[in-house]
Amino acid sequence: MSRVVPINPTQDFKERTRFVLNDPAQRQNFRGAMDFLQAKRRAQFPDPEELQSLRELGSQIRRYSLANLPRLLEQLEASLTANGIQVHWAQTPDEANAIALQIAQRVQAKRIIKGKSMVSEEIGFNHAMQAAGIEAFESDMGEYIVQLAGEAPSHIIMPAIHKTKQDIARLFEQEIPGVAYTEDVDALIQIGRRVLRHKFAEADIGLSGVNVAVAETGTLCLVENEGNGRMCTTVPRVHIAITGIEKVVEKLEHVPPLLSLLTRSATGQSVTTYVNMISRPRQPDEKDGPQEVHLILLDNGRTQAYADLELRETLKCIRCGACMNHCPVYARIGGHAYGTTYPGPIGAIISPHLLGLESTYPLAFASTLCGACAEVCPVKIPITDLLVRLRNEAQARPDTDDASLRGSGVARTVTASTVWGVWSQVYSKSGLYKLASWFMSRGRALSPSDQGAWTRSRTPLVPAARRLRDLIKDHADKK
Amino acid sequence: VARLRQALEAVKTEVHDVTDADWVSVVLGIAATKGLRHILIGQGTEHGEALARQAPTNLQIVRYERAIEAWQTQLFDGIDAGLTLARGALAQTGSLILWPTPAEPRLMSLVPSLHFVLLDANTIHADFHAAMTVENWADRMPTNALLICGPSKTADIQQTLAYGAHGPRELVVLIWHGHGHGGAA
Repeated sequence: MSRVVPINPTQDFKERTRFVLNDPAQRQNFRGAMDFLQAKRRAQFPDPEELQSLRELGSQIRRYSLANLPRLLEQLEASLTANGIQVHWAQTPDEANAIALQIAQRVQAKRIIKGKSMVSEEIGFNHAMQAAGIEAFESDMGEYIVQLAGEAPSHIIMPAIHKTKQDIARLFEQEIPGVAYTEDVDALIQIGRRVLRHKFAEADIGLSGVNVAVAETGTLCLVENEGNGRMCTTVPRVHIAITGIEKVVEKLEHVPPLLSLLTRSATGQSVTTYVNMISRPRQPDEKDGPQEVHLILLDNGRTQAYADLELRETLKCIRCGACMNHCPVYARIGGHAYGTTYPGPIGAIISPHLLGLESTYPLAFASTLCGACAEVCPVKIPITDLLVRLRNEAQARPDTDDASLRGSGVARTVTASTVWGVWSQVYSKSGLYKLASWFMSRGRALSPSDQGAWTRSRTPLVPAARRLRDLIKDHADKK
Repeated sequence: VARLRQALEAVKTEVHDVTDADWVSVVLGIAATKGLRHILIGQGTEHGEALARQAPTNLQIVRYERAIEAWQTQLFDGIDAGLTLARGALAQTGSLILWPTPAEPRLMSLVPSLHFVLLDANTIHADFHAAMTVENWADRMPTNALLICGPSKTADIQQTLAYGAHGPRELVVLIWHGHGHGGAA
C-alpha cells in the first residue's frame, strides 16, 4: 500500500511523518531494507584501517575539488568543449529545463529515455517535458516502477525501496498490457527488460546524470548495474547529461577511490557492473554512439553552500545514500515524508541551499544528532555539525553574523527566544540557579501532567524531591 | 589471474581458460549448448574472422559493418550473442576493460543477451588506479571507456538480486594464455 506524495516543501512535514509512523507495513519494509543495506556495506569494509584511510582520501579529494571549484569548472568546460561535448550552465531548475527543451525542440524530439539522475528529479524534469508535449520515460528498474505507480522515488539509490514484490507484481499486471500476475522477481525484471528495450530503441534523446566529471580529460563517469545508463548514453542520437556543479574532480586518478567508496557505501558492491566513461560524441569513423553530447551544469543554490567554508563541506557528497541507510529517523519515516528530492541526513543539509531555509528547516530539527550518518559518510562530511549550524541559522537573530543564509531566522519565535534567554540567565548565575532549582524540587506537585508532545507517548517529567546538592549535603551531614 | 577469475565468478560470469588453438571450439561449444542462433562479430577483426571460418551453418555470423541506424531493429530484436576483445582487466574487482573501437562498437557488448569476451592474461592489472596510470589513460581518453564486471543485474525489487536487467544476461570470459603477445592492445 503506497500513497502518492508530491515533492513539495516541508510545511506539513510533521503531518507526513505521523502518517507514515502509523503504517506498520511501511515501517517494516523500511526497517528490513535499511538492515539489508547496512549489512552489505559493513561486509564491504572488513578492514577498519583501510576504511578510514580511504575515507580520508575521499574527503581530501573532494575538499581539494571544492577549494578549486571555479578553476576546475572552467577547465572542465574547456576539456569537454575540445572533445566535442557541448556545455551549458543553468542557475535555476527553470533554466535547466529550458536548455533541455531548446535542445529537444531543435532535434524535434518526442521521446526521452532517462537513466537515473537525482538532479533531473530536483529540477522536475519529467514534469517540464510533459508540459511541452515530450514524453520522458524512466529506464532504471526502480525509477520505472515508481514512475508507473505515479510516485516519487523514496531513496536516492533504491527508488522503489518502499514497495514489496507483491506491490510491484500488482502494478505490472494493472499497468502493462498482456502481463499476468507473478511474484517471481526474475520474471518481473524480464518484463521490465522487454518493455524498456523498445523504449531505448525508439527514444530521440537519452538523459543521464553524472557521478564524477573529470576536468583534466573532459570525461563524464557513470556507474550502474543494469545497463540502462549505457543504453541511454549510446543508443539515442542525442545524449544530455545533467549534474550539479559540485561533481567535478581535477584528475582521472581521483576517480578510482571515489568510485570505490561510492559503490561499497551505496550498495555494498566492490564495483558496479558497469563503469561508463564518456569523453566524446560519435566520431566520424565510429558506428554507434550519440551524434551530440551535452552537459548541463546546475547551480540551484549550491554556490550558497560553496561560499561558506563550513557549509561547503555539504558539497563533498558523492550521493551514496549511506547516511540515510544508517539514520534512525529515516528508517522510521522513509523518504517521502521529507518532501524533498534528497531525503535523510544529506537531504537535511543540502535542501536549505536548494530550496531555502524557510521551507526546509524542520528537517534539520528532525534528528537526534546520534552521528551515525557522519560516521559512515565515505567523504567525512561533518553532518551533525552542519545540522546544528542550520538549526542556529534557522533561529538566528536577523542582521547578525549568525544569519547568513537565505531564510535565516525563519524559525525564530518570541516564545522560544524568551525561554532560552531566561534559561541562559538562570544557568549562568549560581544564585539564581540555586533559587530556581529549590522552587522546582519543592514545588514538584505543581508539575503539569499535560506536557504537550512529550506526554503524547511518555509519562510526564517531574523534578526530583531532593536536588543533587541536597543529597550531597545529607550525605556529608551523616558522616 | 586466479583473483580475477574468483571475482568474476562471484557475479555469475562464466570463465574459461583458453589457448590460441582451442578458443574457437570453446565458443562454438558454448553456442551449441545454449542453442545460440547468431553471434555478432566486429568488422575485419582477426579473432572475429577466425570464429566465422569455423562456425557451423546453423550459427549465423553477423558482422557489425554498417552504422547502427541502418540495422538497429535487427540488433535489438534478434542477435543472441556478441564477441569482443577486452583491452585488459582489473584483478581486484573482477572488471574487464573495454575500449570500443570503430571495428568493435559500443553496442556489441551491451545489446546481445550473451557477451563473449576474449581476454589476454598478460593484460590483467592489479586495480583501476594501476591500469590508468600504467597505460596513461589521462593522455588520451577514448570516446567511451568501459569497465564491465559481470552480466547486468538489479536489486530494485525488494532488494532481491536478479540478472539480465538491460545489458547482457550472460557474460562468458575466455582468458587467453598465449605468450609473445604481451601488453595491452
